[in-house]
Amino acid sequence: MTALGDLMREPSPSGRFGEYGGRFVPESLVPACQELERAFRLAWADPSFRGELDHLLRTYGGRPTPVTECHRLSEELGLRILLKREDLNHTGSHKLNNVIGQALLARRMGKSRLVAETGAGQHGVATATAAALFGMECTVYMGAVDVARQELNVFRMNLLGATVRPVESGSKTLKDAINETLRDWVATVETTHYCLGSVMGPHPYPFLVRELQRVVGEEARSQCRQVLGDADPDIVVACVGGGSNAAGTFAGFVDSGARLVGVEAAGGAAMGHGIPGVVHGMRSKFLQDEEGQILEAESISAGLDYPGIGPEHAQLGDAGRAEYGQASDEEVLAAFRLLARTEGILPALEPCHGLAWIVREAGRSIPRGSAVLLTMSGRGDKDVALVLEHSR
Amino acid sequence: MTERPPGRLEAVLRARRDNGQKLLVPYLMGGLGEEWPAVLEAVAAAGADAVEVGIAFSDPMIDGQTIQEASVRALAGGATPERVVASLASADVGGTPLVVMTYYNIIARAGEHRMAQSLAESGVSGAIVPDLPADEIDSWQAEAFAAGLDTVLLAAPTTPDARLKMIAGKASGFLYAVGVMGVTGERTKLAESALEIARRCKEASDLPVLVGVGVTTPEQAVTICRVADGVVVGSALVRRLLDGEGPDGAAELVGSFRKVLDAAFSTA
Repeated sequence: MTALGDLMREPSPSGRFGEYGGRFVPESLVPACQELERAFRLAWADPSFRGELDHLLRTYGGRPTPVTECHRLSEELGLRILLKREDLNHTGSHKLNNVIGQALLARRMGKSRLVAETGAGQHGVATATAAALFGMECTVYMGAVDVARQELNVFRMNLLGATVRPVESGSKTLKDAINETLRDWVATVETTHYCLGSVMGPHPYPFLVRELQRVVGEEARSQCRQVLGDADPDIVVACVGGGSNAAGTFAGFVDSGARLVGVEAAGGAAMGHGIPGVVHGMRSKFLQDEEGQILEAESISAGLDYPGIGPEHAQLGDAGRAEYGQASDEEVLAAFRLLARTEGILPALEPCHGLAWIVREAGRSIPRGSAVLLTMSGRGDKDVALVLEHSR
Repeated sequence: MTERPPGRLEAVLRARRDNGQKLLVPYLMGGLGEEWPAVLEAVAAAGADAVEVGIAFSDPMIDGQTIQEASVRALAGGATPERVVASLASADVGGTPLVVMTYYNIIARAGEHRMAQSLAESGVSGAIVPDLPADEIDSWQAEAFAAGLDTVLLAAPTTPDARLKMIAGKASGFLYAVGVMGVTGERTKLAESALEIARRCKEASDLPVLVGVGVTTPEQAVTICRVADGVVVGSALVRRLLDGEGPDGAAELVGSFRKVLDAAFSTA
């Protein structure tokens, strides 16, 4: 078992986080993953790359995002609630942090085209945005079910110049979009970078995406210290599908005393009900049947509709450094309304899972008076129509 | 690494190759249609040097539409690894080596040891696990070797020379040269990359080198076999089966490849 002090640092040379991770892809993609790893390591150690990324995140993306103290909500729950406002990023979610970094990397590697998978559409919109910014071609694969329930994001991507390809195979959601993006990438790898949206997939993606999202946790750590009088929050909460906003958040707090909690959709709880397996290039935990066939996740929130989880989360959970809770669709809708009513913030349904868990646990596993940080990973405009549908 | 005698798959393919014959390995999907065991037997009798049998997986990431559709239909028809393997045990293939192709999660879920043993007990002599690259092969290969199974590895057009050597050193059975960068499926035009990767594989290894992915017509197979030792024919056959053809249609296609290859490379 990994010592706690070694968590969220370098994966092993084979891309392992403990027993999870690795690079389980067809040979055709192995050289591309190796090339990406080399390029990322060089870029990440290069001050000019870091400087350009930082400049773009500030002047284009709107970083740093603030931490907002929620006075009315805190009073209602008997807690001290702080939100890390990734919803205030350009394009409306934390996804931009990752795609700006990967697009810069793609340009450095001489690639002229980006492909991406998307669930809710947030990562697709962010990738299409980065492609427009850098003058790159962009194709986004999106499950047909998600295309139907996130129509506006499809239109946004089109406006940004991207081609959206609905995926009709399998469960027609995020996992199938990933398969289809990998299939595209195998055929186009010379000119194309796969801009993967979460801390998942073959090495180096889980590592690379966590590093690009680390800014969330690092900013939040120092911002919380200002608010809390040089103290860290007692509890740090983030929603988890693949787990990129949670990984970025946790990276800033893994060496603090804070309790780390990832919250999954009850219908897609790979940490809750998953079994170790190997899919999408990584060994991690997946919802699967007796034979190893992958099951379909089901959630109101397309962004968490994934039957697996990033390998580093599986490690953090096994090591006991982070715990993983669940929230049901009903709890999530209630949390959405609560935040809107008390704080004037319309959140995306994904981070509402984190809030729903906080609401349920307040006064139970969360002692009254605790300082709780929640990463508000995205804004809720994309979900308003869905919430309306559910309130009828 | 390969400090073991070759398994039966490799022994059979090497002997035929060394005898001047070109190698023909058709692929079919286990559990696709009720009469699939009869298809398997017909294909073996029609001149296959080995038969590759797919065990369907829910997320076949390297497969194109034809094999995806076959996977969906096989799963919907109740195909499980256990049932497919049991059918292989009872099929009469006249000694033709069988190679199972499946994704790694199917093996991981069953357990590497259990899967290797059960394949071997059912008369299977090799495995192809496309999402288990040479770097990740060791624990499976140890179990496979212990059970007497060969593990075929893939080499791709993008594989650098040094890596190709490493892959060749770990592969057994045959070296699967991926003819084109892309997913499995039929291609009307033979990719230049197919000949190039076949040539590089032949330079890197003494194993039989078979080209797969995109081999659609007997004429393409002949062109490829001027460099390679043989071909894997997958989607072209599976397409026929999806279109409703049975054992006869499958045997006809495999027979046509056999005839054209033998005529072109006659040692007489």
